[in-house]
Amino acid sequence: MRGITKRFPGVLANDHVDFVLEAGEIHALLGENGAGKTTLMNILYGLYQPDEGEIYVNGRPAAIRSPHDAIQLGIGMVHQHFQLVPTFTVAENIVLGLPSRREPFLESRRQVHQQIAEVSRAYGLAVDPSCLVWQLSVGEQQRVEILKALYRGATVLILDEPTAVLTPQECERLFEILLALVQGGKSVIFISHKLDEVMAISHRVTVLRDGRVVGTARTQDITKQELARMMVGREMRPIEKPPASPAGPVIALQDIWAHDDRGLPALRSVSLEVRAGEILGIAGVDGNGQAELEEVLTGLRRPHRGRYLLAGQDVTHASARELFEAGLAHIPADRNRFGMVADMTLAENSILGLEGKPPFTRFGMLRYREMEQHCSHLIREYDIRAPGPAAFAGTLSGGNAQKLILAREISRRPKALVAAQPTRGLDIGATEYVRRKLLEQRERGCGVLLISTELEEILALSDRIAVIYEGQIVGMVDPACVDIEQLGLMMAGAIKEACELPPRPPADRPTAPGSAGHER
Amino acid sequence: MSWDNLLQAGFIISLITSGIRLAVPVLLAVLGEIITERAGVQNLGLEGIMAFGAFAGFATAFATGSGILGLLAGILAGMLMGLLMGYFAVTLKVNQVIAGISLVLLGQGAANFFYRQIFGVSQRPPRIAGLPEIPIPLLADIPYLGDILFRHNVVVYLTVLLVILVWIALFETTWGLKVRAVGEHPSAADTSGVNVAGIRYACTILGAAFAGLGGAVLSVAQMKLFTENMVAGRGWIAIALVIFSRWHPGLALAGAVLFGLADALQFRFQALGFEAVPYEFLLMLPYILTIIVLLAGGRRGAAPAALGTPYEKE
Amino acid sequence: MSDRATFPSAHRPSPAMSVLLKGSPVLAVILALLLGALIIAAVGVSPLAAYQSMIKGAFGSPRALTQAGLRAVPLLLISLGLTLAFRSRIWNIGAEGQLYMGAWVATLFALSFPNLPPALMLPGLLLAGFAGGALWGLVPALLRAYLGANEIVTSLLLNYVAIFWVSYQVRLPMKDPTSFLPQSAVLPAPASLPVLPGTRLHIGVILALLLVPLIAFILWKTPLGYRLRVVGSNPDAARFAGIDVPRHIIIVMVISGGLAGAAGMIEVAGVHHRLIQDISPGYGFTAIVVALLGQLNPFGALLASYFFASLVIGADSMQRVVGLPVALTEVIQALVVLFVLASEAFRRHRSRVVG
Repeated sequence: MRGITKRFPGVLANDHVDFVLEAGEIHALLGENGAGKTTLMNILYGLYQPDEGEIYVNGRPAAIRSPHDAIQLGIGMVHQHFQLVPTFTVAENIVLGLPSRREPFLESRRQVHQQIAEVSRAYGLAVDPSCLVWQLSVGEQQRVEILKALYRGATVLILDEPTAVLTPQECERLFEILLALVQGGKSVIFISHKLDEVMAISHRVTVLRDGRVVGTARTQDITKQELARMMVGREMRPIEKPPASPAGPVIALQDIWAHDDRGLPALRSVSLEVRAGEILGIAGVDGNGQAELEEVLTGLRRPHRGRYLLAGQDVTHASARELFEAGLAHIPADRNRFGMVADMTLAENSILGLEGKPPFTRFGMLRYREMEQHCSHLIREYDIRAPGPAAFAGTLSGGNAQKLILAREISRRPKALVAAQPTRGLDIGATEYVRRKLLEQRERGCGVLLISTELEEILALSDRIAVIYEGQIVGMVDPACVDIEQLGLMMAGAIKEACELPPRPPADRPTAPGSAGHER
Repeated sequence: MSWDNLLQAGFIISLITSGIRLAVPVLLAVLGEIITERAGVQNLGLEGIMAFGAFAGFATAFATGSGILGLLAGILAGMLMGLLMGYFAVTLKVNQVIAGISLVLLGQGAANFFYRQIFGVSQRPPRIAGLPEIPIPLLADIPYLGDILFRHNVVVYLTVLLVILVWIALFETTWGLKVRAVGEHPSAADTSGVNVAGIRYACTILGAAFAGLGGAVLSVAQMKLFTENMVAGRGWIAIALVIFSRWHPGLALAGAVLFGLADALQFRFQALGFEAVPYEFLLMLPYILTIIVLLAGGRRGAAPAALGTPYEKE
Repeated sequence: MSDRATFPSAHRPSPAMSVLLKGSPVLAVILALLLGALIIAAVGVSPLAAYQSMIKGAFGSPRALTQAGLRAVPLLLISLGLTLAFRSRIWNIGAEGQLYMGAWVATLFALSFPNLPPALMLPGLLLAGFAGGALWGLVPALLRAYLGANEIVTSLLLNYVAIFWVSYQVRLPMKDPTSFLPQSAVLPAPASLPVLPGTRLHIGVILALLLVPLIAFILWKTPLGYRLRVVGSNPDAARFAGIDVPRHIIIVMVISGGLAGAAGMIEVAGVHHRLIQDISPGYGFTAIVVALLGQLNPFGALLASYFFASLVIGADSMQRVVGLPVALTEVIQALVVLFVLASEAFRRHRSRVVG
């Protein structure tokens, strides 16, 4: 790819980018969120058209106007958000869009399954072709995506942040698969923002920053620190965490059982506590009940068994509004869907949840001046880059939107804060900011429950870590002494004990009578 | 007129036969909308498309003397409106609910306008010949069942055939797989090389063609005339039945026949002067039944996941 | 009205999934009329003559203006309710049925208590009409709030049930014994809406005009309106913020249904003075278009309802003078909405490209 330039309204995503992939290599594309890596690969795969620049495949110029063209040229892509139809089987997903020999009818199932099995065997991608995709684990779904590309004759495979959703063990498996692919003559482009992976698996690495290529190097010739500096432009600041001095529990879950949307058990006998002044991290692979846990804690999902206590009050059957009133703040995992109303102004968004209360409402009427003042205050205090309170929330960038949500929730001085994936999709600056704020809340005496799939984040911020697997808490560990491998095994449900916390002295135990097990 | 008369074989046979016949326009509309919605487009304009199709069918049949040409005209009328809906839903990506409601107004208005303009108002509205009944040899002579199933006009047979064809097309062909993918997860289809916009256009036009045909059947084959409001809510019943049928042609057939039976029953009660129940209640019956059926059948999880959401390439 | 200046301006291209906000209504009307002219020409009538007769019929005499005003009242009442409903993304297509039910309950009230003094009768009528429509609107609301049933279909189907119900009522139980026609007895004198002095307009006009700023106030100056707008804009965020979505669905349908019911009462007590089978010439449906054309803004609804009422009056005259069927107005109405949708889409597209 030579001189690729791509502009979106308001942003230059790719700025005269040159990129070369050699045959039989794993080439990492490194950069932080927003650097332009995915855009570049989307251009290669035909999802976007570049404003300037050319692409050459095997020496010949290529016009890639759609994924169809890319597939014809042997380019396949595995996206960050899987592009699989959940209600179809694996086989149906793989043959989607491909002509069949029995036109207009679909290929015989047996034929297709056989062909899939062949490709699976060749590269170690074991998967049951007749399984429905929504029933598969995330790792298996990823393998289906890879199979899909290979089935269509891909010789170049692009993987976009493939390890974001995998346990450490699954990552190992993925790396094995990639090596097998390369040995089989394929070439791989691996997009990532994680330095460790890039160092581990790639032959060469290209670093992008703000849409421009900072440099390309052979992985064995470069150090992690140099890469970090190229990626970020400065040294990454380590997180400083003063020691914790937690007080009594603010959030207590006792033997909570809850179903998911399909009626299947999502949380099984979950008991945990978050004390004032500490951060409890929930580690686990996405899809093991974190979403349901978030919903139960914030009143969006009713548990059918167990008790939920907030600052000593029984809130098991409380509504979201009641929890809000009781001092619970919530930073949602999906900020665009749950955190903000894009069509309304920042001022209106800044009082979401508080609309019925003074000073924003007096004598039954909304007071816009108070709303705007509050919003301006938040914008100043929290360094939100926005034109002003009258701007529409939908125009904010990801980082600023998250800051607004954070600002809104934290400015209420909550007793407890549930933060789900708080730094997902944010650039370095915003990520550091959010983490700093979480620590500040902890200092302030708030009890923070942090749900995150980024293990480094959990390890760096939490005072205690609970590992969740298939809806159960399989262990509580001390971040100071656990290591990633053990954590990974717990997350995969393989072991139930890693570095357990020492039992707490009796003075800290909850004093409420009849707790833990008496209510059934 | 008493309850005894109702339970006679003759009455029941004629009731079921009638029910099947009356089910056809709704069934066609349901089939069409299933195709459209499976591709992710919600076309609420069926009521207007059927009205326009009814007019086109009637006018063509009147002018040419041929019922078949009338039906073809209905298909064409439907395709035209389908094209319009496709443009608004797929290219302009507007709110499909509003667009659909506009189409209802447009179709009804156009049908009424052109009918009045061409045929004027008269005490006895013009009529057409309709379609002949075609008994299937041998099968039609089976006692009871033969009368019910095998003595219909060509449209009924055609419709049953279409149910089977749509079933096969959606679930056993590569095209059907693409359609369903587009409705469930359009970006997955897009990245697999499927032309999302093309499929959505095609399905919207095809679905509207079915609805237009349904309207034409109503005027050409059943009532043999045209009046304002002759569609009488069948388009909306079709939309409810799509949900009831879980977007599957098989259940659609069942639902439509149920509606047809209610309709047939209501006609008979009125005709026989059945005084026990005021006829308005019988007129209400199909609509209330549809609501009940909608509640019983529809669990939201069964809808194509991307239904009603325009697809924007990010 | 001075509050208008501080209302946040909600005008900006919005994603397709949100409710209609800003197309170009005036442009859309002009384009629709032009297209209408083409259709008129196509059937062999002079568009100029047709539109002339239409304009004359709609605005040419005080009588015409009054007629348009009378027709605009129910349109306005219903579309105000629909403005609230659509802004909450509750597609109430059942306004016609709610109008019928309101008309029926109001008639029931008037005929049951014929000797009430006007001071009690009139508020009672209003309450009765409102209640009839509100209860009828409650059904799809409950079905949607607790069973997730599509309110478009349920409210729509209930229209037919309501229309048949009234048909039955005026044919049998409520039938006027002194008449051959299926209609109720004439309403007692106190149940006739007083007429504004010097005009033929009944006081329903005052009610409708007062409701315009009231609905605007509710929408933009109260927490309830705020919550409704959040529910319409992003129901997930609404739930997240602790807003009780099912309760708000019910509230909005009760108000919307009630306003339609009130419109029904007005038609009975102010125009026909009895309950008849065709108490509404499709006001419930036309009001949908009025609300949309009014950009889901109460003041827009005011303008749009008068415009559409004039359109219908003008069409009547057009039919008499040049013989064009009144159904043309439905076509023009539909075209107007389609052009508004299209203009919003183009505006969105342009802003996306320009950045």
